[in-house]
Amino acid sequence: MFEKKTISIEETTFWEKFTSYVGSIGRWIADYCVYAGNLAVFSLSTLFWLFAKPPRRDGLTSCFYNIGVLSLPVVMLTGAFIGMVLAIQTYPQFKLIGLESHIGAAINLSLVKELGPVLAATMLAGRVGSSIAAELGTMRVTEQIDALSSMGVNPIHYLVVPRFVACLILIPGLTLFADLLGMIGGAVLSIGLLQVDWSYYWDWSRRSVDLFEIFAGMSKTVFFGAAIALICCHQGFRCGAGAEGVGKAATSSFVLSFVSILFLDLMLDVVIEAIAKLN
Amino acid sequence: MDKRPSNQTPAAPNPSIEGSVFIASDGTKKILRRRRPLLQVENLTVVLGGHTILRDINLTIRRGETIAIIGESGCGKTVFLKNMIGLISPSEGRVLFDGKDIATLGDKELTETRTRYGFVFQMAALFDSLTISENVAFPLRQHRKDMSNREILDRVRSLLEEVGLNPDVVWKKTPSELSGGMRKRVGFARALAMEPDLMLYDEPTTGLDPIMSDVVNQLMIHARDKLHVAAALVTHDMKSACSVANRLVMLYPNARLRPDEPQIIFDGTPDEIERCGDKRVLQFVRGEAGDRMREL
Repeated sequence: MFEKKTISIEETTFWEKFTSYVGSIGRWIADYCVYAGNLAVFSLSTLFWLFAKPPRRDGLTSCFYNIGVLSLPVVMLTGAFIGMVLAIQTYPQFKLIGLESHIGAAINLSLVKELGPVLAATMLAGRVGSSIAAELGTMRVTEQIDALSSMGVNPIHYLVVPRFVACLILIPGLTLFADLLGMIGGAVLSIGLLQVDWSYYWDWSRRSVDLFEIFAGMSKTVFFGAAIALICCHQGFRCGAGAEGVGKAATSSFVLSFVSILFLDLMLDVVIEAIAKLN
Repeated sequence: MDKRPSNQTPAAPNPSIEGSVFIASDGTKKILRRRRPLLQVENLTVVLGGHTILRDINLTIRRGETIAIIGESGCGKTVFLKNMIGLISPSEGRVLFDGKDIATLGDKELTETRTRYGFVFQMAALFDSLTISENVAFPLRQHRKDMSNREILDRVRSLLEEVGLNPDVVWKKTPSELSGGMRKRVGFARALAMEPDLMLYDEPTTGLDPIMSDVVNQLMIHARDKLHVAAALVTHDMKSACSVANRLVMLYPNARLRPDEPQIIFDGTPDEIERCGDKRVLQFVRGEAGDRMREL
């Protein structure tokens, strides 16, 4: 009788654990559906206000300065180092097969197509995205967003639209600088340190990187910029209470932006390759 | 049966008056019905995160009237105040401002309606990135396109003086450079900038020393008596509530009520509250822990 009772308890415990596990998966899926729905409504509202009323000039200027000018040094530095690291990593492999003169093509194509756009976007998500989420989160916690609403000012138009426009417009420019500094960094290291012939280096680079590759890389960044601005502003707007809420908003904004950059990169690469094949 | 004399002609309807205005035979205007209340809350229920915070609340604020909403922490006072301006939407019921349901207003109408409110937040909610003068000028710059820059700056100066601040001292300072009391006063000036019909005060004396609390009370009395602004004041501070408000409304936490009990457990004048027979009201007014110690 004792054994029977023990088995019964174990069965109940297992069943409870199982239902709890399934329930938690269900809750997780439901939470993410709600989050996606909220983000979609937030994005549509941003687009509505973007066209309904032009953003304030003073708001745009400060966003352009914070997002563009202040991000430029870090983006350029990242680009330069990535170019140099690519040169160091690819040179031994190319030398093994006697193609070290082709190293410029590998470095510059990687930079223009993938690394430049993705790294510029990642730097923007880290430097600007987290800061946007923390700033708007603090405004939410200290009731400044409620204060805007109470004064008849739409917070999405006043706070989100200028940041969205700035991210959208400036990220291609930042990417261009990252690409340029990456090319210079790679060239300086390959030609100066690794003794690759400069004429071959630039000739192979010119042959492999055409305008389509540059345009494809740049066009991806517009989507990255939009995703960063919308995700980070949304995280700031839905920030939880207190310092912990602001910290979580800043962290999650970067994580979600980074994941979306990678996801969008994959999707856009598929589309770009399809277009390239058509041509 | 219509008792109107035949020579009466209807005048243009006034939106703030219920019914119509008629011109009598002697040429004088007669209001056939009394003026519509400024704010009406009808059967308001608010559910947040699965918890019913407010249940079936009914309240009316008339023009020029100042009411204080009192009650212990967590009873839903601030939620109630934010419902009055549409910052939180009701789960059931409606809030009418000057006869219009604010939950159903379009963006343009809602913007226009909100300019008729002034909201003083608990921690002032001044914009960190703007100076004090820019904070006070903010609503004017957003909505008063007819005002020149000079007129806006003059108005900001007079508002700062009205709340007892020296414009020359605070003009270029940022909110972080001011004390809590000064920030509250700047918040007060910003709320008055659009000459509102209804002021909403969210615990304006919380965190202030007794002298500064009295300064804020005097400012609220000034708004009531000199500017004739209606107001809803949310507070724990009985001294503030009794000195500023014409009428006190006490909310009780919904979680502690039986389903058939109303959530507003007192609605009357400051004099009447002392004579109230409800021990929950008296316990709050006298600030006695009573049986609530057992909760700890």
